[in-house]
Amino acid sequence: MGLNAPLPVPVRAPIPLSADSDWTFELIDRYHDVIRQAAERFGLDTYPNQLEIISSEQMMDAYSSAGMPVNYRHWSYGKEFIATEKRYRRGYMGLAYELVINANPCISYLMEENTTVMQALVIAHAAYGHNSFFKGNYLFRMWTDASSIIDYLVYARNYVAECEERHGLEAVETLLDSCHALANFGVDRYRRSSRRTLAQEMAEREAREAHAQQQINELWRTMPTRERRSESSPASYRFPSEPQENLLYFFEKNAPLLEPWQREVIRIVRKVAQYFYPQRQTQVMNEGWATFWHYQLLNSLYDEGHLGDGAMLEWMTTHTDVICQPPVGHPAYAGINPYALGFAMYTDLRRICERPSKEDRAWFPDIAGAPWLPTLDHAMRNYKDESFIGQFLSPRLMREMRMFAVLDDERQSELEVTAIHDTAGYQRLRQSLSHQYDLGSREPNIQIWIVNLRGDRTLTLRHTQYRNRPLAESATEVLRHVARLWGFGVTLESVDGAGAVTRSWTVGAPA
Amino acid sequence: MAREIIDRRLAGRNKSIGNRERFLRRYKEQIRDAVRRAINERVIRDIERAEDIAIPRKDISEPQFQHGQGGARDIVHPGNTEYLRGDRIARPYNGPVRGGSEASDSGSGEDVFAFTLTKEEFMQLFFEDLALPHLLRTHIGDNPQWQSYRAGFTQNGTPNSLSVIRSMRGALGRRIAVGRGARLALEEARTRLRALEQPDGVGQQDPALVLALQEEIRRQKERLHRIPYLDPMDMRFRNRVRVPVPTSKAVMFCLMDVSGSMDQLRKDLAKRFFILLYLFLTRQYDKTDIVFIRHHTQAQEVDEESFFHSTETGGTVVSSALVLMKQIILDRYPSSEWNIYGAQASDGDNFSNDSSRCRDLLADSILPLVRYFAYVQVVEFEQNLWTEYQSLAAEHPNFALRKATSADQIYPVFRNLFRKQGVSPWD
Repeated sequence: MGLNAPLPVPVRAPIPLSADSDWTFELIDRYHDVIRQAAERFGLDTYPNQLEIISSEQMMDAYSSAGMPVNYRHWSYGKEFIATEKRYRRGYMGLAYELVINANPCISYLMEENTTVMQALVIAHAAYGHNSFFKGNYLFRMWTDASSIIDYLVYARNYVAECEERHGLEAVETLLDSCHALANFGVDRYRRSSRRTLAQEMAEREAREAHAQQQINELWRTMPTRERRSESSPASYRFPSEPQENLLYFFEKNAPLLEPWQREVIRIVRKVAQYFYPQRQTQVMNEGWATFWHYQLLNSLYDEGHLGDGAMLEWMTTHTDVICQPPVGHPAYAGINPYALGFAMYTDLRRICERPSKEDRAWFPDIAGAPWLPTLDHAMRNYKDESFIGQFLSPRLMREMRMFAVLDDERQSELEVTAIHDTAGYQRLRQSLSHQYDLGSREPNIQIWIVNLRGDRTLTLRHTQYRNRPLAESATEVLRHVARLWGFGVTLESVDGAGAVTRSWTVGAPA
Repeated sequence: MAREIIDRRLAGRNKSIGNRERFLRRYKEQIRDAVRRAINERVIRDIERAEDIAIPRKDISEPQFQHGQGGARDIVHPGNTEYLRGDRIARPYNGPVRGGSEASDSGSGEDVFAFTLTKEEFMQLFFEDLALPHLLRTHIGDNPQWQSYRAGFTQNGTPNSLSVIRSMRGALGRRIAVGRGARLALEEARTRLRALEQPDGVGQQDPALVLALQEEIRRQKERLHRIPYLDPMDMRFRNRVRVPVPTSKAVMFCLMDVSGSMDQLRKDLAKRFFILLYLFLTRQYDKTDIVFIRHHTQAQEVDEESFFHSTETGGTVVSSALVLMKQIILDRYPSSEWNIYGAQASDGDNFSNDSSRCRDLLADSILPLVRYFAYVQVVEFEQNLWTEYQSLAAEHPNFALRKATSADQIYPVFRNLFRKQGVSPWD
C-alpha cells in the first residue's frame, strides 16, 4: 500500500491462460496468482484470501442467512431462502456471482456453475476489490472485527439453539422477531465499544447477566430504601437522563422483566446489526470500489498477455450488465444503481487526477493532477457514501448521468424539478444525492424519550420528523414488538420541527 | 497457493432446512388453508405432487420503522432528457416518481408470497390428523416387533451399560462389611497402645508388648489395605429386556361400481375417492393390505392397475361385491387377527330388489367383522340403495355414508370419513 503509481508491468506472458468454460482447481489457482500479482502492483492492501467453491444451493443458503456462512436459525431466513430459491428456479433472477464475507481471512465464494473467466472476475472483484475495502475503510476498521465475526456467529447460533431447547421455539422466535423489528435501531452510531475476543465475550457474559439483573432490581425496587431520592423532587428525576438512540441496547440493559437469556439474545441481534452497519453506509463506495478494481485488474491482465480476446469479451459483457443504469422512466429503472454510480465515480476520480479539465481544477484543486493511486486510496479509506458523494461527485459525471433532482413536497400538488445538470444546479444536485445516502435521513429518527418511573412504567419513544416526513403505517406493528421487549405499555410520539407532537401511537402492556 | 482454495461443495448442503421448517411451522394455518384450496382444483392424477402455495404477503411481513408517504424530500434521478429547473411534474398515481413498475418477486402479484411445498411436505399436511377409525393393535404375528424395556440391574453386561453409581454403592458396602473385623481389631490395638504409652502406663516397662501391638496395628492396616476398592462382583449393569409388542394388521377393501350407469363423471369421482384412500393408506400405514374389488353384475378382485384404469362395464348387482368381500375375509383375513375396513363407491343405481339384500349382507355378515365401513354415493339422487343404507347407519356406529357429487366435495367427504377421533375437523 501507499504506492504513488503502479509498479511496472513485467514481461508479457507468451500465451494467455486458458479461457475454457470449465474451470479446474489448477486454473483458478493460476488466475488467482496473476490477479494477486497485479493487485500487488497496484498496492492493494488486503486480508489474506480464502476462496471457497460452493454449489448454487449453498449460495442460496448463504444468501438467505444475511450473507453469512453461519447464523442462528430463524423463520425469516427460511422465508428468504424460499423466495430466493423460487426466483432462481424460475429464472427470474440469476444468483449473485459472488459473495464475500468481511472476515479475516476474507472468504470469497465461487459458485461451481461459473465459467473460468467468471471465476477470475469474482476473484478480482471480491477477493481483491471488496477485501481491500473491508480492510481499509474507516467505518469497517472502527465497527467490525473481521477476525472474530465467524466465531461470534458460531457462538450466537449455538446460544440461540440452546435457548430454543430450554425455553421453547416459540419463546425464542417471538423474541427474535421483536429484536429484528428494531435491528436498525440497535446500533451505536458514534461510540465504538472495545474489541473483544470470543473468550472474553463468553467470560463477560455471566458477569454481565448477574450484574445487569442487579441493576434493574435497583431501578425498580419498590421498597423506599433511599430516603434521599424520594425526598429530592421526583419531577426532576428523569429516566433515562438523556434520550437514547440505541433502542436494543436500552432494552438489554434496562427492560425490567427480561430474563438473562433474553438479554443475551438481544445483545446477539444488536452485535450482528452493528456488524452490518458499515455495509449499509458504504454501498456505493464498496461496490464501486470492487467494480473499479476488477475492471483495472482484468484489463491489466490483458495488457500482460494473460487474458485472450474471448475472455475479455466474456467478462466485459457481465461487467456491462452490472454497471447498467437505465434512465428514469425506463421499465427496468429502480433507482440509482450503486454499482454504476460507484464505478463511475472512481473512474471519474482517476480521470480528474490524470487528465483534469479547467472545471475540475476549479472544483477539485487538491486532487486535480495529483497521483491517482494515493488519491483513490484516500477516498476509499476515509469516507462513507454520504460524504464520498458530497466530496467527489464531479459536475462532469452529473452531466454524463444527466442527473436531476425532484422535490416531492406533500404541500404542493405537483412535483418540482429543483436542479438539473447545469451550473446553477451542481451544488444542489450533489447535496441532494449525498443526503439520499445518509442513513440518518433514510431512516426515521426514533429515540427513547422518557420512562414513567412513578406510574405505570410506560415508555415513551420520540420520533423527530425529518422534513415533516411521517412514519409508515407499520409503526403500530413495530410498537407491539417494542412493548414486548419493554414489558409495559409504550407510546410513540411524532414531533415536527417546531417541537409539537403531530401524532402519537400507544400500545398497552403485553398480556 | 492451493491451500487458499477450499472445495466446500460437499459440506453442509441444505443448511437452510432448519429455517425452512421454522417458516412452515409458523405459517402452518395459512399453508393448510392453501393446501385445502389447492386440492380441490387438482386433477385426479397429480395429487401426489409438489404444490405451489401462496399466502398473503402482509401476514409474513417483518415490520420496521420506516418513513411513510408525505413530508418533503428530494430525489435524484439519472437520465434526464426533458426537464429544466422549475419544471413541474404531475404527481404519479402512486406517490413520488417511480420509474416503471417495481419488480415483483413472486410472479403472481405483490400481495402474496408464493412458494412450493415439496411432495413430502404437501402430503404430510394433506393427511394430517386423519386415521383409520377403531384401529386396534392386538396381534403378535410371525415376525413381531420388539420393544426394549429397562428391567433393573444385572451382574453381567457390556461396559457401555455399566451403572457406575450402582457399582460404586455396592463396592462401598462390600468394603465396609469385609473390613469390619480388621477395623475392630485395629481400633482395639490402637486403644491398648495409647494406654501403654501414657506417662504413668506400663508401656515403659514392657517394650516387647508395645512392639507386638505396633506389629498388630501394621498387620491389621495391611489387611484393610488388601480389600479391593472395586471387585468384579461389585459390577452392576443396566438390564434391558425385549418384549414383543402387538402390531396392527389392517386390510382395506375398496369396492367400486363400474356399471353402465356410472358415466365418466361418476367414475372419475369414485376414482378420486379411492386414490385419496390409496395414498392415505400407503403413506400413513406401513403394513396395510388393500383389496380392490370392482363390480357390475359380477364382482371381481383386481389389481391396482386395472382397478384404476380398466374400462370394463355392464349392469349392476351391488351385492355381488359384498359377497366377494365376505368370501375373501373368510378365506384370507380372519377378523381376530385383522383390522378390516371397507369403502364402497357407487351411484346407488342398483338392480331393484338387490338393495335390501345388500343391507342384510352388510348387517348380518360384514359389519360384525369390520372396524369401519364407509359408503360414498357419487350422485345426489337417492335410490333404494341409499335408503336401505341409511337405515343401517342408524343402527351401526361403524357404518357411515356420505354423498360427493362434485370434485370439490371429494376432499371434505374423505376427511370427514377418516378424521381422527377427538380432533375437530377443519372442513
